[in-house]
Amino acid sequence: MIFAERKPVEELIEFAGRYKRVAVAGCATCVAECAVGGEEEVRALVALLGMALRRKGTPVTFVPVMLERQCEREFIEGAVETLEGVEAVISLACGIGAQALAERFDMKPVFPGVNTSALVIREDDGLWESRCAACGDCVLGETFGLCPIARCAKGLLNGPCGGTRENGKCEVNEEMDCIWTKIVERAEARGELDALTEVALPRDWSNSRHGGQKRVVREELQR
Amino acid sequence: MNGADAGRLKRVLEAGAFAVTMEVGPPRGGDPEAVRAKARLLKGLADGFNVTDNQTAVVRMSSIAASRILLEEGLPPIMQMTCRDRNRIALQSDLLGAWALGIRTCLCLSGDHQKAGAGGKLQGHPGARNVFDVDSVQLLRILRALSDQGIQAGGDAIDKPVPMLLGAAWTPLAPPEAFRVLRLEKKIRAGADFIQTQAVYDVPRFAKAIARARERGLTEKAAILPGVIVPRSAGMLRYMHNNVPGIQVPDEMIARMKDASDKREEGFLIALELIEAVRAIPGVRGIHLQAIEAEELLPELAERAGLLPRPEIPREAEEA
Repeated sequence: MIFAERKPVEELIEFAGRYKRVAVAGCATCVAECAVGGEEEVRALVALLGMALRRKGTPVTFVPVMLERQCEREFIEGAVETLEGVEAVISLACGIGAQALAERFDMKPVFPGVNTSALVIREDDGLWESRCAACGDCVLGETFGLCPIARCAKGLLNGPCGGTRENGKCEVNEEMDCIWTKIVERAEARGELDALTEVALPRDWSNSRHGGQKRVVREELQR
Repeated sequence: MNGADAGRLKRVLEAGAFAVTMEVGPPRGGDPEAVRAKARLLKGLADGFNVTDNQTAVVRMSSIAASRILLEEGLPPIMQMTCRDRNRIALQSDLLGAWALGIRTCLCLSGDHQKAGAGGKLQGHPGARNVFDVDSVQLLRILRALSDQGIQAGGDAIDKPVPMLLGAAWTPLAPPEAFRVLRLEKKIRAGADFIQTQAVYDVPRFAKAIARARERGLTEKAAILPGVIVPRSAGMLRYMHNNVPGIQVPDEMIARMKDASDKREEGFLIALELIEAVRAIPGVRGIHLQAIEAEELLPELAERAGLLPRPEIPREAEEA
């Protein structure tokens, strides 16, 4: 899923303090899963911001809004009436949701309440780890199902750098496995270590962000 | 250029002589005199001098510029290139520029992550975006094609090939150990002519790694130069053992250094023993000597190790 983390509350206070009536818009999908933009977080943030701004002597009315999916226009339509009644919006959705709102209300300031940072898996309660970098040219078939683009700090494609720690962790973050060590272990376990001796050639990054803005047309799906 | 012999390492290796390389870290500033002073200290002691490329992700004088200054001082540089800061366009462009400046040897590395910041001693630039468009193996392959065929990574031809001696690094004792020899093989297959290794302190373990390389025929295909770092204290050895991946220091060596009354002399003795021991391993064709932040030790070390004077290897014809 898409992972996001809340921006420092001081930034949100500073933004909201410019207005009298501000919506806090949550999203019930990814950001709810990572407990940053779901119903509970919207309610908590409304209370927190309301109190902070009352204390500063510049009270602001906060309006909580929950959207099933901020990244889909039909769900935004359901909240139009509420959102039309505010001067500005703090979106707790990912960057896609926040932009979808900003496109629908192009004269209204929409401020991101979160930083969207990764494509992750939930490993445990309160623990997420990245799995995908949306690089546009999947190598999982050659790397035994473990992604070195997203999970190696250097995105190496031909094996581990010299920085693997004695315990198999990454030199950049001792909490994280050296993913190339894991790839090698899986290859060894399957008796296919030789598959990793092929030199992986420079990649074509053009199907990712590096190729310019993404636009996909599939005519068979168009009406 | 002041008698500089840019292709010396290549000729030494081709002549089958035991090669010696050393390292010259560029300064954290723009003063060429800082490079010249180190060059004067080390001139004539080795066949190639590694010029690091913003190692530990600390901004320093560029490797190309410092390499050129070495040439002007009569030292053959080994220009290091990492993949952290440049994409394939910049890497190739800089290689052509280096060639135009007379540089003939290049070491291809992935590079320390930008979070390294001199091991926390400096602020560095941990918020920098990294590149890693290609990795060290891919860089070797790209530069090999520019060097030998004059073909760019994208397939376009350049006006003529830019023959270079290409090197790579090897950390044989880091996990996953079973794969390390295969990674060496990839680097050699991608185009490495010579290999400099992470510093060796545990000779028996290192010898086993070299034996694995020998079994795969790799010591025939590339010249392996083990790294030796002169120890200066027990604390330094312990630090490297605990913090530098791929460096294993036996407990006895740390104790020996700790008990020594003359640390400087003991460090020399250990380094001399290491040089002799790795030199005796079949497949080893040279040595990479380092004295971290103490280059003034290198002249005495090279002398006492019997590595001086460096052999005369005649230049058959002036290189293009």
